[in-house]
Amino acid sequence: MEQDTHDHYDHEGSKLGMWLFIFTELLFFGGLFIVYGVSRYKNGIAFSMSAEELDVTIGTVNTIILLISSATIAMSISSIQMKKAKLTIALLSVTLILGIIFLINKYFEWGAKIDHGLYPGSDVLQQFGNGETLFFGLYYFMTGLHALHIIIGMIFIAVMIVKVRNGKIHADRFVQLENAGLYWHLVDIIWIFLFPLFYLIA
Amino acid sequence: MSNSNLPNYLEYKGKYKGIFAWIFSTDHKKIGLLYLYSIMSFFIVGAILGLLMKLELIAPGKTIMEAKSYNAVFTMHGITMIFLIVVPGIPAIFGNFFLPILIGAKDVFYPKLNLLSWWLYIIGAAIALSSQFMNGASPDTGWTFYAPYSFRTQSNVLPALIGAFVLGFSSILTGLNFIVTMHRMRAPGMGWFKMPLFPWTLYGTAWIQLLATPVIGITLLMVVAERVLNIGFFDPALGGDPVLYQHLFWIYSHPAVYIMILPAMGVISEVIPTFAKKEIFGYNAIVISTLLIAFVGYFVWGHHMFTAGMSETSLFAFSFLTFLVAIPSAIKIFNWLATLYKGSIVLKTPMYWAVSFLFVFMIGGLSGLVLGAMAINVHLHDTAFVVSHFHFIVFGGVGFAFFAGIHYWFPKIYGKMYDAWWADTGWIVFFFGFLLLYTPMFYLGIAGMPRRYYDYVPEFHFANILSSFGAFIMIAGLVIIIINLFRSAKNGEKAEVSPWGGQTLEWTISSPPILENFEEIPEIK
Ligand SMILES: [Cu+2]
Repeated sequence: MEQDTHDHYDHEGSKLGMWLFIFTELLFFGGLFIVYGVSRYKNGIAFSMSAEELDVTIGTVNTIILLISSATIAMSISSIQMKKAKLTIALLSVTLILGIIFLINKYFEWGAKIDHGLYPGSDVLQQFGNGETLFFGLYYFMTGLHALHIIIGMIFIAVMIVKVRNGKIHADRFVQLENAGLYWHLVDIIWIFLFPLFYLIA
Repeated sequence: MSNSNLPNYLEYKGKYKGIFAWIFSTDHKKIGLLYLYSIMSFFIVGAILGLLMKLELIAPGKTIMEAKSYNAVFTMHGITMIFLIVVPGIPAIFGNFFLPILIGAKDVFYPKLNLLSWWLYIIGAAIALSSQFMNGASPDTGWTFYAPYSFRTQSNVLPALIGAFVLGFSSILTGLNFIVTMHRMRAPGMGWFKMPLFPWTLYGTAWIQLLATPVIGITLLMVVAERVLNIGFFDPALGGDPVLYQHLFWIYSHPAVYIMILPAMGVISEVIPTFAKKEIFGYNAIVISTLLIAFVGYFVWGHHMFTAGMSETSLFAFSFLTFLVAIPSAIKIFNWLATLYKGSIVLKTPMYWAVSFLFVFMIGGLSGLVLGAMAINVHLHDTAFVVSHFHFIVFGGVGFAFFAGIHYWFPKIYGKMYDAWWADTGWIVFFFGFLLLYTPMFYLGIAGMPRRYYDYVPEFHFANILSSFGAFIMIAGLVIIIINLFRSAKNGEKAEVSPWGGQTLEWTISSPPILENFEEIPEIK
């Protein structure tokens, strides 16, 4: 803010910083995966039974959506290097829309669960055992935190769209876009782990 | 060499005026000082809380407060001292100020992120401390937030948890910034193994900050969810596992001890060679032991849980690794002593602090080995012995190194010299008070006095009186030190470029440094 001389551009350095940040995110979710693992080990049957309640179709659709969005953001990085700003913006917008669709699906999925009275502290869950309560507690907490990351990633992408339009990001200076891509892949990968853990092992 | 004619960083006029020239500055030196002032303010709060505890313990039974208030006081003492002071401590203050200078850079890699880290620090601190001013009791869980009490208690644990979470963010971003800075901004010719030792220890620290802090972050969030959303991650009544909480907590909190102590070792590694007029003995050994500590320190957390219920194999492994991690620390002690050997030692204030650091750090480290032995641990677990060990390491280690650092770098930071006589007096009073405060607690712990109680049996009275007296003497020393530095920053004599004859880059630039440190980026041969 004070000095303009700080405005150096170091592609390698910025990418290193992003990778380090991604490590911290992985460890952040890593803590949760440990808790999931221990809880599952202790309540195996209840976890398997509860997983039946989840909608595999919506889960699969959302997985496909995120995979496609990862591809589109990767393509946007290639297209900015080929100096195709318009294509870049289009691809980023598609990524953004896919993110929104993911969240809409999530909204309906959660809504249906809550309608059935399946949420932490509900009367329905209290009639089941501790294992079921724990499963749904983890389900809401982990997918909720993941959804929060989706939102952060979408804000990141929206900023990138503006910057590409302003010409702040271009073929010689696109590390921020690359970082946004890295972040989006991270969000994608976490989902790839969440999906089988909650939906498929039943 | 003489001081530069260019305006120094304190005189430099930026876009903003008055206080805004500080709180919106991205200059790493000003950010370092922002941390210095905020951390010192919190330190005074934490020290007063500690003094209140010692006052309560001056006699058996209720002296000045009830058991409940005592619980709240030791909790806030712990939270303030750990999360607000010793964890950010040396990296945030001296790291910010001197890391770029020591590696020959103009600033850190992300100056704006650096400023953001300070803001997050202040916001986190405000949230954590707001628990004192809200309705309801102030937190009484201890700084460890152990489950299941941390979500059963009616006290204001929530702001403390959220505050600690935000502070963790600040710590991660500082670490990230430092790593990228060291990878990308070393001056031409400064290879990794030409980097001074203080940056090296910051490097090890930064990796721990990055890889351990997220674990405590998510753990604290889970406790928040437990309180707010009723999800029973760690609540046995809801199917959760409270011991799992302890594991996750210590996976961060043991490495956090190295977040605290490694930079302290770095400061000592700068001070000792300067005042022994010799090059440091075994530079490579110090670098490698730093990285070893950072690595092995990751796998010893279980020694906090010897009595919590673990398989015999893991007990054995954790005990063994705990002994193992002592070796790299001992290597460092050996290197410092070997540096002193046959050096032409100049005894100035920073050197007094550095040598007394060696003394208290050795006692702290060796008492840690006592605790690392399983059979003895069962006897000493949760006694005053643990408190004493911990304070010898964390307060003795980090505190003494901090004071060594501030007396070493003060002339560079402010361009003024401090009054050496008062500085030495402050040191001797503080040192004596420190030993009188904590040594009796070793005895008390062995005799069986549990920690975290406001009361004790009459047999423990005498040792407690000694300890409380020590606390008062130590605080007196602290007051002398702070007043002396404060006055000297205003009225001290002008400092030369290199008042101690130090060999590192900060002693080649003007005191205080100019805006971007170097008129010309140095070339290292
Ligand atoms: Cu430990």
